[in-house]
Amino acid sequence: MRKVLALAIATCLFSFGFTVSAAEKTLKLGVIAELTGDMPAVGASCKNAAEMAVKEINAAGGVQVGKQKMKVELVIEDNAGKADQSAAAAQKLITQDEVLAIVGPNASRYAIPASEIAESSETVLITPWSTNPKTTLDTTTNKPKKYVFRACFIDPFQGGVLAKFALEKLKAKNAAVLYDVASDYNKGIAEVFKASYEKQGGKIVAFETYTTNDKDFSAQLTKIKDAKPDVIFLPNYYSEVPLQVQQAKRLGINVPFIGSDSWGSNELLTLGGADLNGYYFSTHYAADNAAPVAKKFIEDYEKTYGAKPDDVAALTYDAFGLLFGSIKSAGKADREAIRAALSTLPSYKGVTGDMKFQADSRDPIKSAVVLQIKDGKFTYFTNANP
Amino acid sequence: MSEGIVYWLQQLLNALQLGSIYGLIALGYTMVYGILTMINFAHGDVFMIGAFFCFLAAVYLGLPFAPVLLLTMIGTALLGVAIERLAYKPLRHAPRVSAIITALGVGIFLENFTLALAPYPKHIPALLENTNWNLGGVSVSSLQIIIICLSLGLMFLLDYVVHRTPVGMAMRAISWDKTFVPLMGVPVDLVISVTFAIGAGLAGAAGTMYGLAYPVIDPYMGIMVGWKAFISAVVGGIGNIRGAMIGAFILGGVEIFVAAFLPSTYRDFVAFALLLVLLIVRPYGILGSPRIQKV
Repeated sequence: MRKVLALAIATCLFSFGFTVSAAEKTLKLGVIAELTGDMPAVGASCKNAAEMAVKEINAAGGVQVGKQKMKVELVIEDNAGKADQSAAAAQKLITQDEVLAIVGPNASRYAIPASEIAESSETVLITPWSTNPKTTLDTTTNKPKKYVFRACFIDPFQGGVLAKFALEKLKAKNAAVLYDVASDYNKGIAEVFKASYEKQGGKIVAFETYTTNDKDFSAQLTKIKDAKPDVIFLPNYYSEVPLQVQQAKRLGINVPFIGSDSWGSNELLTLGGADLNGYYFSTHYAADNAAPVAKKFIEDYEKTYGAKPDDVAALTYDAFGLLFGSIKSAGKADREAIRAALSTLPSYKGVTGDMKFQADSRDPIKSAVVLQIKDGKFTYFTNANP
Repeated sequence: MSEGIVYWLQQLLNALQLGSIYGLIALGYTMVYGILTMINFAHGDVFMIGAFFCFLAAVYLGLPFAPVLLLTMIGTALLGVAIERLAYKPLRHAPRVSAIITALGVGIFLENFTLALAPYPKHIPALLENTNWNLGGVSVSSLQIIIICLSLGLMFLLDYVVHRTPVGMAMRAISWDKTFVPLMGVPVDLVISVTFAIGAGLAGAAGTMYGLAYPVIDPYMGIMVGWKAFISAVVGGIGNIRGAMIGAFILGGVEIFVAAFLPSTYRDFVAFALLLVLLIVRPYGILGSPRIQKV
């Protein structure tokens, strides 16, 4: 009996060792996406763009690593829209699949826990869409994390952009905010907006909260109506914003709404329809006003998936661009070398604009755009810097 | 009207709308508990399925409101009966904790079944033309009126069925005594099926109305609403039908008014602290009475 068991274990070990050696010629990269849960559209965009980026590079022979070209192998994990599963997925990708680097998760409330694992396991993680400063910041030392990067701007920047937009373009002196207090992204940007708006001379007349999965906002909206704002800021995810706007209208609120990059999913239009016409939000890129590099990406994406790429797709694609570039300049498939190469990468021309990591920062310098929802479409409105 | 009164009335209307939806779901919890002394934790998910039936009937069959509501109620009623027959009936004489775990399992099954078929949140189209009236500053929508009236109507209908018809009498008899009532010729299995059908049908109605008021639906929508309805049933005195309705309006009112007069971040903890205090004062709920355990 013992012999049989030993033989079985040996066979297992042997076959395991064999698969590892067979896969040695490829670069393994991990993706953590919100494929199920409360924002599956985000996860789907991320997965689509990741698969497209990998297909393209493999069609070109792979990534140049030193003297040879290596094909890329993708391992995609679903975080089920849960913080604990995001951390578990990062753990699995790093220790079990032994990926070189990870792209994702996208929403800050999932990216933050996953980033902790990546940091402690010394593996590069690039989040495409997480704009909360805490994702790349070690909160105990207040210094940037060593291994966690992002492909997007951060909320202090975005909040400033929106505050200025509300005051100058919409001429709104009094603003109200309704946000999800249980979600890192929403809470972070609501607070930044408030501080920035007040600093620039505006007044926050109502600052109301709810918690994730609430569907009834009538009490808070009635309170907001009572405070008579000129504009209402909803820094919430695409599945909640349509409900909030509809309920506000039913309560007789008739002021414009503005939002942040969490509005940028095509699903917002499906779920919100005509109710959202005429409103504005800040985001990472405008598909209808894109640079030449972006045009090709947008065309290819539309051809493959039959829909315009949203900001998550564009940022995921850029995250892979950053990763391929840094593997190439590192010259070897090594986690530490990739980290070093990424932080010193010269300016990268991405779909969402030019970006570059500053010394000792994991957040790229780039600009934002403001889009308007017009006739059921996202339309370029203006470029924005705070 | 002065602004203070307008604000107060507006919030009262919000509370009535929320309370009536909680109430329709709470009835299902309380009826099943009354008859089987079992908490049907899958009930919140039956409500969710109701919202999805409503979506299917409205989008794929293109039906107007009344047939949608009727089809949804029939659909969830059949689902409720099927759940009872397949999952709970075989465990009727097993320890009660087994039935509760099974109920949780059925709920998780329903959530993930829906998730597998519909991973994206769905949008329910406007089935009713909505008109907003402005009554001296208070904004009233026709949708709100319909939800509140229809819910109250269904609640009173149920109250009538339970207290004034033979089926209702059989239900009350079984909840009183499960040993001797069958000997009197009351068909226990049938009455239990009817109870599940009515409870699930009301959850289907709640799902439809919820889908009209909050038209973005997803497979997890039933969890929190289900919990709140369950709490309403407990506050009102679980097993008591009128209690469930009162409990639901109390919970809806407390939630809305805490958010209305205190910072909204305090809503859930103040609301639930108040309910805890209420249960300390009246441990069996507002209309509940202690069950005598015979040894």
